[in-house]
Amino acid sequence: MNRIDQLFREKQEGVLSIYMTAGYPDLEDTVEIISTLEESGVDMIELGMPFSDPLADGEVIQQSSMAALKNGMTISKLFEQIEGIRQNVQIPLVLMGYLNPVLQFGFERFIEKCVDTGIDGLILPDLPLRIYERDYMSMISDSGLKFIMLITPQTDPGRIERIAGNSGGFLYMVADASTTGSRKEISEEQVAYFNRIRRMKLGIPLMIGFGISDEKTFQTACKYASGAIIGSAFIRALGVNGDTAPERARKFVQSIR
Amino acid sequence: MKDSGTYNVDREGFYGPYGGAFIPEMLYPNIRELEERYLEIIYSETFQSDFKSLLMDYVGRPTPLYHAKRLSEHFRGQVFLKREDLNHTGAHKINNTVGQILLAQHLGKRRIIAETGAGQHGVATATVCALAGLECIVYMGALDVARQSPNVHKMKMLGAEVRSVHSGNKTLKDATNEAIRDWINHPVDTHYIIGSVVGPHPYPDMVTRFQSVISEEMKSQLLEKTGRDHPDYLVACVGGGSNAAGAYYHYLDDARVKLISVEAAGHGVDSGESAATTTLGSDGIIHGSRTLLMQDADGQITEPYSISAGLDYPGVGPIHAWLAKSGRASMVNVEDKEALEAAFLLTRLEGIIPALESAHALAALAKLDFGPEQNIVVNLSGRGDKDMEAYSSHLQEYPNNTEE
Repeated sequence: MNRIDQLFREKQEGVLSIYMTAGYPDLEDTVEIISTLEESGVDMIELGMPFSDPLADGEVIQQSSMAALKNGMTISKLFEQIEGIRQNVQIPLVLMGYLNPVLQFGFERFIEKCVDTGIDGLILPDLPLRIYERDYMSMISDSGLKFIMLITPQTDPGRIERIAGNSGGFLYMVADASTTGSRKEISEEQVAYFNRIRRMKLGIPLMIGFGISDEKTFQTACKYASGAIIGSAFIRALGVNGDTAPERARKFVQSIR
Repeated sequence: MKDSGTYNVDREGFYGPYGGAFIPEMLYPNIRELEERYLEIIYSETFQSDFKSLLMDYVGRPTPLYHAKRLSEHFRGQVFLKREDLNHTGAHKINNTVGQILLAQHLGKRRIIAETGAGQHGVATATVCALAGLECIVYMGALDVARQSPNVHKMKMLGAEVRSVHSGNKTLKDATNEAIRDWINHPVDTHYIIGSVVGPHPYPDMVTRFQSVISEEMKSQLLEKTGRDHPDYLVACVGGGSNAAGAYYHYLDDARVKLISVEAAGHGVDSGESAATTTLGSDGIIHGSRTLLMQDADGQITEPYSISAGLDYPGVGPIHAWLAKSGRASMVNVEDKEALEAAFLLTRLEGIIPALESAHALAALAKLDFGPEQNIVVNLSGRGDKDMEAYSSHLQEYPNNTEE
């Protein structure tokens, strides 16, 4: 069974997913940070493939992406780094990135490499639903990979049904109309949106992301979904001086739960 | 303004394989709203009458089609200049911003955002926002803010807020990213006025339609001056490609007209410092559109270079990717020094100081093989005020006309 499906079968609440940029802070940190996150009790990891023009990302992830690219990170390099990762890491791994680098790598070849290295899911925010359905859906579902899609507070109900019906693994609820890394409290309006989606009984686990930054926002998000995703706050913690990167990763997870 | 057939956008928002709307879900409602409503709004009677009267009384249209006699003699052909440089704010950019501000008002938006490179589109946007009384925020790369200070001052005087962008390479590409991010963060009250025929569908088509007034006028002006409503050659520079798209629009399916798209080759196509996107680029996705773009083997978008700040965009509008790929348009590369030469040539022969962008189009005249009786229209997209610093630094290479 796909590890994402397995995870949500065993655990319906308090699922913690961490986003990290591959090749950041140092090129060779990727695998060690993944292992540390698993040891620290993280349930799932979104591994960001850096891109020169990350449209949906705020400043923190933009900067980690630029740093990773400067370090020499590429999709080929990432697959080299995570070759054999399944010998010691068991939690689900999701690759997240923008479409252009994947197209240049070759979409089919990319899917093959994902399967070979033990990747479980894929998030490509700028691959539109219509094109996904037309060109990529059958290839991805044949591979066993889960293609995870996003909804926002502005997504209309009919479209939510269609996205939920096509999304694999879980449905990514963007918490607020924003790029990544906005640091706010969770508002009543957002809670109403979370409840509205929950009441739709979409038959797929819900994960909340964007603006989840600390224990408090994580706990709040967990009341309305199976769990939540933390990205920018984690990247920010990795960028602080002192300690090794894995040590900083461990401390961050401890601060969440 | 009718659809012009095979080279026009299809129902899915594509030009051949190029175009589309490769956007994150956060932008979907905004793009969907535009896609559903833009044609209905811009072809409504009220819109058309407002648009036409603003173009006439405010922008100063129609712009002249000028038969440049001394230039014609020099190049041994009949050269006509479509004088977009005479528009209010000094370039064709305002055709689009007038259209889009009216559209924003029809959509009930209160807040306008835009990106700008050299500052021409920023000024054109700030101008129409002042006219409409709408809030205006212009994103501009930090490097460009430093390089183009006169336009920054103009935007501020017009009441716009200029936000300096420090992400990425701090130029046009990054300013565009930042404007898109702003739109993601303000999905309800904001309209994004894109400055070229780039970005997700329906922007390339919408901007093309607003700019198509250029070829619409050209047809009747040519008929009057030459007895034929079409030229033999139509020459325009392409950065994103909005002036070219507007100049080509009514001739897209007219095979009698050779379309010549001029790209900035910087220090030379093979120098590593150029913006010759269709020569050096490959298929990919930039700013929500599938098109030709300059990128490395890993799909990271690379920074282009040109002396002209309006041409150093790493992509081209999807319509131009398709015109180039299908062979409908011929691509010509013009280097910095050739553009400078052409700018001085036009200035000394005709008393018109062109923008550096338009000077690239003029420089292509030396590379075309036309006969003495053939008609060539060059779209003179903008005036050279903003480029005086660059021109001044080369003055000594072009001694004046007086004899000692």
